Amino acid sequence: MIRANAETLLEVRGLCASVEGVAILKDMSLTVKRGEVHALMGPNGSGKSTFAKILAGHPAYQVTGGSATFEGVDLFALKPEERARAGVFLGFQYPIEIPGVANSQFLRLTYNTVQAQRGREELDPLEFDDLVREKMKLLEMNPDFLDRSVNEGFSGGEKKRNEILQMALLDPRLAVLDETDSGLDIDALRIVASGINALGTPDNAVLLVTHYQRLLNYIVPDYVHVMSAGRIIRTGGRELALELEARGYDWVSAASGAAAGAPA
Amino acid sequence: MSAALQNLVNQPYKHGFVTDIESDVAPKGLGEDTIRLISSKKAEPEWLLDFRLKAYRHWLQMTEPAWPNVTYPKIDFQTISYYAAPKPKAKLASMDEVDPELLRTFEKLGVPMHERAALAGVAVDVIFDSVSVATTYKHKLAEVGIIFCSISEAVREHPELVRQYMGSVVPAGDNYYAALNSAVFTDGSFCFIPKGVKCPMDLSTYFRINTEGSGQFERTLIIAEDGASVSYLEGCTAPRFDTNQLHAAVVELVALDNADIKYSTVQNWYAGDENGLGGIYNFVTKRGLCKGVNSRISWTQVETGSAITWKYPSCILRGDNSVGEFYSVALTNHYQQADTGTKMIHIGRNTRSTIVSKGISAGHSSNSYRGQVKIMPRAEGARNYSQCDSMLIGDACSASTFPYIEVRNPGAKVEHEASTSKIGEEQLFYFAQRGVGAEQAVSMIINGFCKEVFQQLPMEFAVEATQLLGLKLEGSVG
Repeated sequence: MIRANAETLLEVRGLCASVEGVAILKDMSLTVKRGEVHALMGPNGSGKSTFAKILAGHPAYQVTGGSATFEGVDLFALKPEERARAGVFLGFQYPIEIPGVANSQFLRLTYNTVQAQRGREELDPLEFDDLVREKMKLLEMNPDFLDRSVNEGFSGGEKKRNEILQMALLDPRLAVLDETDSGLDIDALRIVASGINALGTPDNAVLLVTHYQRLLNYIVPDYVHVMSAGRIIRTGGRELALELEARGYDWVSAASGAAAGAPA
Repeated sequence: MSAALQNLVNQPYKHGFVTDIESDVAPKGLGEDTIRLISSKKAEPEWLLDFRLKAYRHWLQMTEPAWPNVTYPKIDFQTISYYAAPKPKAKLASMDEVDPELLRTFEKLGVPMHERAALAGVAVDVIFDSVSVATTYKHKLAEVGIIFCSISEAVREHPELVRQYMGSVVPAGDNYYAALNSAVFTDGSFCFIPKGVKCPMDLSTYFRINTEGSGQFERTLIIAEDGASVSYLEGCTAPRFDTNQLHAAVVELVALDNADIKYSTVQNWYAGDENGLGGIYNFVTKRGLCKGVNSRISWTQVETGSAITWKYPSCILRGDNSVGEFYSVALTNHYQQADTGTKMIHIGRNTRSTIVSKGISAGHSSNSYRGQVKIMPRAEGARNYSQCDSMLIGDACSASTFPYIEVRNPGAKVEHEASTSKIGEEQLFYFAQRGVGAEQAVSMIINGFCKEVFQQLPMEFAVEATQLLGLKLEGSVG
């Protein structure tokens, strides 16, 4: 929800970044305030996922220019784990499998690490079990997931639910969800989306990275940004996503060509 | 590979101290005189001296094996001292008489001895350099007929048992290092579980090499009679020296009808420094004979130390329906080299074996699994399942798998699975994104990787092994 006096959470200015020497982001700027839901859309290769990974600090990407502040702190001065503890959450497009490590064990470690950082109470396995089962209801997950190895043998939809479960536990300020809708059938999409909606508060914000507008039928964004060639070329409201769906990305690229050079 | 991964293996070796105890060390060098000296120091019977001399003469005809996937300079056997004992010679009625300095050493090592032994319910035999210095719980065990003592004592007190079984599983001339051990072994543990007795506690031996330039050649013999069962734990540490030390042990297990022996090892000999200087050459022959029907021998090993490990705890499944198991975690770091695995020889009908091997390589190390599964013609209905997984940390290390499968019975069923994975940037980034730093992440990934093996360890050992792997890898991710 857009509020006039909401504080700024994330401020990205003129960000340039590359991977293995290839420039991916070129002068990317974005402002996210508390309580807002942003959707970042764009064709394949436009830099959406790169932007998400850079915010989280993926070591394969190099920042070559520009700045990003999170709650006034220079984000790029923090290590990936420090960003996570500060409240930046990345929902992975392809969550990693960790054979032999029980999901419950992993979830509790991450939960307690973040809790300790925030000066909050850490939970023993029994207390944590109560908490995690409560959160799992939100995502209609079977408690069996706790005993299985992290993401191992999970279907695409199960992995994505597990990501949102982690979001629910870690209670981030800014959740960047990288194509959380990909690989979900319609029921899973509805469940995951309602989970994300339930986690929204006036204090936190969500940045949805997605190809398709169908997710936005369930999670209504305050802003829709369209990326092309490493920067945002157009920003609008909910209706922009619908128009994109009807007319395709070529339309917006062509339309913005006329306005090239204008600040995004 | 990220700097994170480069560092995760640089924890100083915490067992690297030397205990200041006066030692009785034999002059360096090997010959029939040396063997006679060892034998006379131990006041051994004639038959044992003969056993030694025969082994020595056999050894002289043999050459060092060249097939293991390890490299090291040729060992000069004349520069090693073959006997080192703490002075005064330990012949003790109670723990109070043990040199306090020695007790402090074992305290530093965290050996559950003395009062702690009682709490842990563990009977411990401690081999310091070459001599067994203390065996706890001996009397309590004797009440149920269990003999648990040093092999030297067994030679004196129970010569008929030692004579019957020693060399019956690993013959004196079995291989180069077994022959050397048979010639010069100084002490070790002996354990005899009589018919029908389930050993009421875990038995444990702690091996420690203390004296520079000495070799350790211990010999362990465990016999479980009909229907008997025992769980045996072995731990090993050594101080840090810049020279390499040789450890060539022989372990023989004999399981009669319906007997069950579980043998667990946490091996943490000094591995050398980060440049590969110093460390133990761990050339060990371990073999179990499932002699009786329905018998079972299970090896579990966690190998984290030694500059070079060359070790294949094996099972000869002679009794019908007998079961052999091998669960192994081998971790190598820096310039360590390991060539380890097992042999499962199926002779009896319906014999079954399981092999689960987990190799972890970091730094510039080399880690090889070498395993043989052999099904003999009479082994109707034999089954084997092998699983060999390798994990690489960083990109300067190597992992290899050498399975040898020989099936001579068409009804046998042999399965082999292998995998190689790498702790990579993506996995660590996933943990980091959830607030967890690289060191904790690697520790969790490794423990998950080794879970099937750790589950086989007795509780205290499982905890120790988990911590040990964390320590060994600390600093390899930064």
